[in-house]
Amino acid sequence: MFRYAIRRLLFAIPTLLVISFIIFALLDLAPSDPTAQLPLTIPEEVREMIKLSLGLGEPFHIRYLRWLEQFLVNEPLNLIEQFWGIEIGNSEDRLRVRSWSTRAPVVDLIAARLPQTLSVVGVSYIVAILIAVPIGVISAYKQYSIFDQVGTFISMIGFSVPTFFTGTVMIVIFSVVLGWLPSIYDTTLEVRDYDSFVAQFKQMIMPVMVLGLFNAAQLSRFMRSSMLDNLNQEYVRTARSKGMGEPVVILIHVLRNSMIPVVTVIALGLPTTFAGAIITEQIFRINGVGQLLIGAIEGADIPTVQTVTFIFAVLIVVFNLIADLLYGMLDPRIRYD
Amino acid sequence: MTMRSVSTTGPKILEVTDLKTVFGTRDGAVHAVNGVSFHLREGELLGIVGESGSGKSVTMMSLLKLVPMPPAEITSGRVMFSARDLLSLSPGEIRKVRGGEIGFIFQDPMTSLNPVFTVGFQLMEPLRKHMGLSKAEAREKAASLLALVGIPSPADRLDDFPHQFSGGMRQRVMIAIALACDPKLLIADEPTTALDVTIQAQILELVRGLRRELGMSMIWITHDLGVVAGIADRVAVMYGGLIVEHAAVEDLYASPKHPYTHALLQTLPSLDSERAEKLQSISGQPPSLDAEPTTCPFAPRCEFAFERCFRENPAIRSTNGGWAEDRVSHDVACWWDIEKGAPRDDG
Repeated sequence: MFRYAIRRLLFAIPTLLVISFIIFALLDLAPSDPTAQLPLTIPEEVREMIKLSLGLGEPFHIRYLRWLEQFLVNEPLNLIEQFWGIEIGNSEDRLRVRSWSTRAPVVDLIAARLPQTLSVVGVSYIVAILIAVPIGVISAYKQYSIFDQVGTFISMIGFSVPTFFTGTVMIVIFSVVLGWLPSIYDTTLEVRDYDSFVAQFKQMIMPVMVLGLFNAAQLSRFMRSSMLDNLNQEYVRTARSKGMGEPVVILIHVLRNSMIPVVTVIALGLPTTFAGAIITEQIFRINGVGQLLIGAIEGADIPTVQTVTFIFAVLIVVFNLIADLLYGMLDPRIRYD
Repeated sequence: MTMRSVSTTGPKILEVTDLKTVFGTRDGAVHAVNGVSFHLREGELLGIVGESGSGKSVTMMSLLKLVPMPPAEITSGRVMFSARDLLSLSPGEIRKVRGGEIGFIFQDPMTSLNPVFTVGFQLMEPLRKHMGLSKAEAREKAASLLALVGIPSPADRLDDFPHQFSGGMRQRVMIAIALACDPKLLIADEPTTALDVTIQAQILELVRGLRRELGMSMIWITHDLGVVAGIADRVAVMYGGLIVEHAAVEDLYASPKHPYTHALLQTLPSLDSERAEKLQSISGQPPSLDAEPTTCPFAPRCEFAFERCFRENPAIRSTNGGWAEDRVSHDVACWWDIEKGAPRDDG
């Protein structure tokens, strides 16, 4: 399995290079102007000079290779230097991927916003799994019962109503009408004592629930159908014929088999959830990676958009690999050789 | 053929009376078992023969309430086993019987074992539950069970997964699981059907050996008359959710009394006779079972059927005077007497 993982990682390199090229080329083709948001009083010659200073005078392939070098060589070297506090070569001269609008290194921008995104997306995903697995198991075991019918109905709604709608409705109910929860996520809040912990908890409830319920709706459907597939298998009858109780039959024999496809869906869904969180971050004003991306798109900050998009692509490739490896761990019939 | 010694006096280990199982489906009820009665004495092997959909598997699964309920419902009957009615036991009590006192072997060893757990785990489960063995004791016993069913280097194979075994070996594992807690009764539901012929022969040989060694009572469900001839003491033929004929195995083959049994035996290709043009078959379809039969279920396909068969369903009756010390009752549910070539005059 180790060799398989290495081989897959090596295969990921050309895949990611192709993706990076497509992202770069697409954004380069977009008719955006990094100076468009500057005051109109700035004369045309100055604008040209600004563009030249951003490197836009170079031909396309040079800019692409430069970006690759900055993102794949310089930035990792910077991270290594920061982490171990050492200096590799002449780090002052090393160019970094810089945002056109703030001039700050994009990687630093992302690093500053990642904790907010991770706490909301990560917690919401865990909530989604904790809700979805039991609901899926019970719905399948009691197929066509009231519980199953209600669960199916609710997950249909959760499935089909977009998060920007549920998010807004929740804000109207819990922030505007009831006044229980804050509608804006305060990124500067630090958890120091009990009160600030409560404040953090309160401001996380809505974004986590909006994102979590949306994902739970999908996952519970997967869990239910996977359980139903397995409940009709003959090994279930064998387990019962051995005198095993229903909890053992369902939660050990059936659940273990049912988790195989579901774990894959969970792993593959995580990067998608990161991308989907962009909207939730917008609604609750969470200063996360999603907001960074939206702001960069609006401000024609091409390097930031390229870098964030590429990181999403890397996440998808990595989680694909993780899903495949998990599959092999859960299903003894799968062998990597 | 040597006469087998059929016990007609030994203690009854199992007595089933008027068992009925109905499946409630969206398209209406399916009456799978319509009043089946039979018994089994200690050390006996009863063969249950019938085509697909005749209700033989559902009958056996109903004994231990292993049919999925719902949609199935056991609407009547009594299953006396060890002086109690299995059908009136609580779920907890019946779980002690399953695997503990009655072992089950299923048809398809490819799908009957859980693919994600090791064979050892699946074998140790009932040992730990019913016999209360510790993990180490259960492991030791599991290895000896694998040895008993003829699996080489059993201790090492406990940690293998089912997919690492061949079909015949998997069926041996299933047999080992069924035998794990020294059950008094073993029910085998077409255990050789999914196997190829040489493996079938090996499994049959294994079962014969195990019966000699352990002296177990067994019910063997099959649609293969050849298999039953080789191992059973008595045979019950099922059709449309009913037992239509029952006899000692020699009697059944020598003088089948029910037209269905008669037709079944004619479909068997023979080794010594001239090769037939094509394989014989019984024309027509099995009954649909959407209601309890009020006429003979076999009548539409029967070459001897006459007016009464479409009017009344014959009850099963003995044709040789019933059970006696040296005689197995030969029972049949038919209005027609094949030997006389005329309707039965009694009843």
